[in-house]
Amino acid sequence: MSTFVLLSITGLGLGAMYFLIASGLSLIYGLMGVLNFAHGAFLTVGAYAMWFTESKLGGVPLLPRFLLGAIAGLAVGGVFAALVELFLIRPLYRRHIEQVLVTVGLALATVALVTAIWGNDARTVAAPGWLGRTTTVVGAHIPNDRWVEIVTALVVLLALNAFLRRTRYGLIIRAGVENRSMVTALGIDVRRAFTLVFALGGIAAAIAGVLSNVYFGTIDPQRGTSLLIFAFIVVVIGGLGSLRGTAASAVVVGLVQQYANYYASSGLGDLSVVLLLGIVLLARPRGLSGSFA
Amino acid sequence: MRRFAVKQALVPLAVFGALAFVPKLTVDIPYVFQSSLDTPGTLQLLALCLVFGGLALTYDLIFGFTGLLSFGHALYFAAGVYVECIALTKWHWGFLPSLAFTALVGILLPLVLGAVSLRVGGIAFAMVTLAFAQAGSILVFKNPHKWTGGEEGLGTDYTKLPAALVGIFNTKNLYWVALAYAAAVFAIVQWAVSSSPGHIWQAIRENELRVEVLGLRPYAYKLMSFVLASFLATAGGVVYLLLLGGATTDVTTANFTLTLLVMVVIGGTGTRWGALLGGVLYTWANQRLGDASGSHAVSSLPSVLRTPLEQPLFVLGVLFILVVFFVPGGLARIGRLRRPRTLQRLQEAMQR
Repeated sequence: MSTFVLLSITGLGLGAMYFLIASGLSLIYGLMGVLNFAHGAFLTVGAYAMWFTESKLGGVPLLPRFLLGAIAGLAVGGVFAALVELFLIRPLYRRHIEQVLVTVGLALATVALVTAIWGNDARTVAAPGWLGRTTTVVGAHIPNDRWVEIVTALVVLLALNAFLRRTRYGLIIRAGVENRSMVTALGIDVRRAFTLVFALGGIAAAIAGVLSNVYFGTIDPQRGTSLLIFAFIVVVIGGLGSLRGTAASAVVVGLVQQYANYYASSGLGDLSVVLLLGIVLLARPRGLSGSFA
Repeated sequence: MRRFAVKQALVPLAVFGALAFVPKLTVDIPYVFQSSLDTPGTLQLLALCLVFGGLALTYDLIFGFTGLLSFGHALYFAAGVYVECIALTKWHWGFLPSLAFTALVGILLPLVLGAVSLRVGGIAFAMVTLAFAQAGSILVFKNPHKWTGGEEGLGTDYTKLPAALVGIFNTKNLYWVALAYAAAVFAIVQWAVSSSPGHIWQAIRENELRVEVLGLRPYAYKLMSFVLASFLATAGGVVYLLLLGGATTDVTTANFTLTLLVMVVIGGTGTRWGALLGGVLYTWANQRLGDASGSHAVSSLPSVLRTPLEQPLFVLGVLFILVVFFVPGGLARIGRLRRPRTLQRLQEAMQR
């Protein structure tokens, strides 16, 4: 029983990270029709910004140092994503294939640049001691960082939902996902929403980067790429462009991966996620939520 | 018509024929190659360029000519590398039986996986192929029965190979094998795209709905293109294995498929010479940039410039973005500023 609880909470923590990456991917695809291969680079850049800030603040106590690092990570991730949209995606407006190709090039180049500057080896990221300790729930000793991951993802989900439902820009984005040409025809400059969605996606990816730093305790240049593939799977299972579908499928994927890794054999979790994708796509080609853009 | 066919055959014959004499030339080309053309080092690099040129062309067959954006082409190349290597080294099979078995896998694997993934189109197809390739990659890393060697990779059992293909002294033979592979892929792709199914592939790329309305089943034709391209990629994997003398995990990764995409787009999507050239140039640049990073000219640069230049992938990634921006048709269509129709059609296909 305690193993099952531990696996479930860890699976939810992993699902939380997948959701944070996938939410941005899903919104960007829904609104702009761009499959963003550079999304993993946003994560990597955010995570390295956090580590870099932490390492520069040597004399500061651990907790403020950690929080400052996290804030720096989010800021850098968001700004980087917005700049990418402004300078690389916008000039290729309405050329989706080229936009995808540019994000591919950017993903390769960013990982190479990070490797060139900080090397291929994993760097240790400092986190407050409380995150490394465990809390006992129903007999299971659960590392505290899992709770932080789950709560953060829930907060981001609620905040994004509120933003999309309650604000004017949220309305424009939702309308744009439904029918972009109609929004443009009504005289609304939908391009500003593009930059906004990229920045929000970048921040969410950077949050995932910061959390992955805590989850793994280290950062290396390949982190973004390896998480991105699972985020893609999450997005496709959830149905591109749907936030709630993405959240649901992130939870399913995280749990399936953990259970299969423990109860079947290690490494099988990743394979079963791939299998899950195959089954879902063949049964429901538009994803679980059915809102294929 | 006949004169056209003769001209189509003459140019490739001349080019590949001329390339066959490279191992006989004791010519130094400064900066382009480190040593003269007939040395093993240069021949090895040229052979690698030819294998990747051929491989890029097989990717262009499904991406550029049929309009299917697959993110899993690496899987079929890796299947050639690993199945052949495992059959030789772990099962101790002879060279010919292992070749036959690899060929069988090279047909059956894409037939089964293609039949499944082609049930969906556009972005979903891209994702399913990516997922299957990822599954293959995980399998290789997981090292079942200690067959794949996991992260370490797997060396080939030299004693099972024909003596003419082993050893530094025989690099020229391997070069000829690689050249034969590139020439064969070129000939097969040329023949396939001008055959009647080939015309239907291009019609599917242009407008799949119209093909359906004409009473043809696009599914069967797409599967045909997928299996042919994947089989040729598997053959490329075998040549790669002979050339490198072992299997490494990097050919299984999603990044490897992305580099194929980069090669094809740099060279020119939906063109034969472009894709071939893209693969050759990319491989050459990747290798030579790696060599150059250790050279005196680069190490004397200030670190702001030196650090990025030491990573070939950074330079190539930036170069790729520049090509997408400023040479939309790739090298094969350089000078023509208009965006080629191929990309427009592909974009429409993705949105369906």
